[in-house]
Amino acid sequence: MADTVKNAARTLDQPQPWAELGLKEDEYLRIRDILGRRPTAAELAMYSVMWSEHCSYKSSKVHLRKFGELTQETPVGKMLAGIGENAGVIDVGQGYAVTFKVESHNHPSYVEPYQGAATGVGGIVRDILAMGARPVAVLDPLRFGPLDAPDTARVLPGVVAGVGGYGNCLGLPNVGGEVVFDPSYAGNPLVNALCVGVLRHEDLHLAKATGAGNLVILYGAATGGDGIGGVSVLASETFDAASDGSASGLGGPAKRPSVQVGDPFMEKLLIECTLEIFAARIVSGIQDLGGAGLSCATSELASAGDGGMHVNLDQVPLRDSTLSPEEILMSESQERMMAVVEPEHVEQFLRICAKWDVLATVIGEVTDGDRLTIDWHGETVVDVPPRTVAHDGPVYQRPYARPARQDRIQADGVDVLPRPVGGEELAATVLRLVASPNLCDKSWVTDQYDRYVRGNSVLAQPEDAGMLRIDPDTGLGVAVSTDGNGRFAYLDPYAGAQLSLAEAYRNVAVSGAQPVAITDCLNFGSPEDPDVMWQFSETVEGLVGGCRELGIPVTGGNVSFYNQTGETAILPTPVVGVLGVIDDVSHRTSVGFRRAGEEVFLLGDTRDELAGSVWADVVHAHLGGRPPVLDLDHERRLAELLVRGAGRGLFSSAHDLADGGLIQALVEASLRHGVGVRVDLGVADPFVALFSESTGRVVVSLPADRVPELIELAEAARVPVRRLGVTGDDVLEVEGQFTLPLSEIRAAWQAPIPAAMAAAGH
Amino acid sequence: MAPRIGVVTFPGSLDDHDALRAVGLCGAEPVSLWHGSDSVAGVDAVILPGGFSYGDYLRCGAIAAFAPVMTEVIAAAEAGMPVLGICNGFQVLCEAQLLPGALIRNERQTFVCRDQRLRVASVDTAWTSALTLGQEITLVLKNGEGRYVADADTLDRLEGEGRVVFRYLDNPNGSLSDIAGVCNRRGNVVGLMPHPEHNVEALTSPSLDGRALFESVLDFLTARV
Repeated sequence: MADTVKNAARTLDQPQPWAELGLKEDEYLRIRDILGRRPTAAELAMYSVMWSEHCSYKSSKVHLRKFGELTQETPVGKMLAGIGENAGVIDVGQGYAVTFKVESHNHPSYVEPYQGAATGVGGIVRDILAMGARPVAVLDPLRFGPLDAPDTARVLPGVVAGVGGYGNCLGLPNVGGEVVFDPSYAGNPLVNALCVGVLRHEDLHLAKATGAGNLVILYGAATGGDGIGGVSVLASETFDAASDGSASGLGGPAKRPSVQVGDPFMEKLLIECTLEIFAARIVSGIQDLGGAGLSCATSELASAGDGGMHVNLDQVPLRDSTLSPEEILMSESQERMMAVVEPEHVEQFLRICAKWDVLATVIGEVTDGDRLTIDWHGETVVDVPPRTVAHDGPVYQRPYARPARQDRIQADGVDVLPRPVGGEELAATVLRLVASPNLCDKSWVTDQYDRYVRGNSVLAQPEDAGMLRIDPDTGLGVAVSTDGNGRFAYLDPYAGAQLSLAEAYRNVAVSGAQPVAITDCLNFGSPEDPDVMWQFSETVEGLVGGCRELGIPVTGGNVSFYNQTGETAILPTPVVGVLGVIDDVSHRTSVGFRRAGEEVFLLGDTRDELAGSVWADVVHAHLGGRPPVLDLDHERRLAELLVRGAGRGLFSSAHDLADGGLIQALVEASLRHGVGVRVDLGVADPFVALFSESTGRVVVSLPADRVPELIELAEAARVPVRRLGVTGDDVLEVEGQFTLPLSEIRAAWQAPIPAAMAAAGH
Repeated sequence: MAPRIGVVTFPGSLDDHDALRAVGLCGAEPVSLWHGSDSVAGVDAVILPGGFSYGDYLRCGAIAAFAPVMTEVIAAAEAGMPVLGICNGFQVLCEAQLLPGALIRNERQTFVCRDQRLRVASVDTAWTSALTLGQEITLVLKNGEGRYVADADTLDRLEGEGRVVFRYLDNPNGSLSDIAGVCNRRGNVVGLMPHPEHNVEALTSPSLDGRALFESVLDFLTARV
């Protein structure tokens, strides 16, 4: 017997499980205030998921608003859709637009690594699809506990197989991302997923239900009992390993997993079917079903439209006929979309779905008035103003304060740490660092991803940025890179956010593309902890300031709070995705030295900056001091130089310097094609020159006869440039210090992840 | 007139676009074929592309082998039409019993994407005549179930009749006798796990070695006309 609106009005004092659904008492009272009665069980379910941290951004909203103050134009064109839409869309010229967004699926991936990661990919792909775009690539920034921790051996292979299993089956090339290890992620891995989509300007679709009498069609998979409470119970609370069953509190069948189960084959059909529907121009509004499922899709579509909506829940195709109305509304079953279609187009819509064997059902219509009403077994179980569900959730001014420990952290610098002296110790340090989890070869992971499908992957990992051809005739393309450095962010969240932004920006420029816009995934601990909230606030300020100086907008993104184990939060981890545009992808630059006898130069200045570095971590297990100093104006000029040089075909290779400093960049550039290098560090302190992580630096190689052009470009851009040496032979030689055979470096670099996984039986 | 080469799209096919592009780049006319309805009457050769047809549920290629279009593909293949099965397409050809053997889960149990070196083991097929016997080539390999297996008699027969078409160097998945591709007795039907259609453009491929397969079939079709 369902709890109807009529019944709710009669039984105002009936106790309700608002706390079990993740609501606070004042939030529950506000719902009663809005409705003028107690909510029905179905209404309570809807409000609880939509007012969850994950869906409502209630703790972050006041900060995220600052992104809206930034320019809404990119250096190459307009932003066609921005924050608040399923994903941001930017004009990239020639009538094309690109949409991209990064999201998190952290907690589900800890509970059930394969399905958590798989459905994380599925969710972001549907966001991109809902904008009217064909998804063309994914990137997955991943963070795990220590490589040798027993639980990493459970989480990592599952996550990687899930990312690959889902993305490969969709036919989406995986062209980048990160694999990072740190103890702070041990009980709380970070599984972020970025998707890129391409559309023509005229294909842009928005999530709104307009035109009374238009029909609401639910299509894709049938609705089951999976993922109930995913956004509220899993994603929006401090998390412990015990919460791996359902906590829906709704009295449904017990212990349903809150993690969704993915069916990538269905999603592939959904993509092709939806693109054919777009091409037929028969959709007036569209929304994917992700977190909060039908609750989200109905309330957001209705709220963004010009009327109300009526839905008959009995029409929703179910995998499990025993589901209650509130469970149907909360279910996060995957591979579902909702479209608003004019009546005369419905038949064609259903025909296209049938062609692709996709189940499609009319479940409601757009109505006059301003209510969202939902019926079940002939009685009304939901009657709400949709905006109060979708947009008028609580907004919190969470207290935040600079933690007392911050001064102590910053004072604990690296000057006291013993440094290697002499060629032998330096060489040993090189071999130790290339074999450390964060600098070693990641192909055990990335070889499980298809990077070739669709035939447009011009660059893919281990390149600094992934690059995709958009138009085969003109060569127009885009590049994307994601970066995050939680260690720097821990030392100084404002600077850390900007350093991540600058690194992703530089990685895109290194490939030859002009950086034009960002998306971000902000992974943090509990917003109820003022220390964490301070990190978050500083991060947003850092990104806003950084984007303002670089002249690029934030197009959207995602906040993931409650990433902590007990009282211990993860390192503050803003992951920044930067998108770049390149007029002709044949001008792209890749990271590896191409041939012997070419000149190698370093762009940018090196300072004694080792706080937060990989060296401090690996050799001294130390995290303290202040992160490298950033000069965004330099970053902008450096990027201009790189893009201009690439356009002229100046560089044989270009590689960003980041984790591990110059030596790691030289190692990676040498190993890529087995072409070594001999460098002369001059009078510089060789340890600082090799291992410092000063930002704003790039190693380039080029033919000797083109060196004057480089010097000229660098002078014009006011970027410091210094000759390092020459490529050739199968060794890495630092003159006067050491010579290491590439084979020895390669063996050390390749070993760690396969060894750790083999030891765990993978 | 350029020969017309059809590429079948099953639900879940992924590399159909790539195969169509490769066909066009190599000088034939690409024709898209729908699994449920289209006939192969208008085409001179057929490619079954890579992907996860029907989600690879049940068994890789098992459901696709019974798709309506396959009835005609099988008849045409038996009548001598060149048919190429790439990756999932190879699995479909095995399930349709146009080729012997089966593809099972990789020895290491994970999906593998890499630039794979191969040795050409037969040039007496419609799809490999432009290659040289013993030639070493590199093609993109990407699959989770690419380990070729067959019973001992079948393997002996394949070897004896020269029907192993490609062999892996540095066997990536535990395939018996390093087999990466095989053909039928007549040599018009070839199946292989690596992806020639991903090796036709310098900008996006580790090599251009895939072109030779498409050029071979063009030669074959032109000579026949």
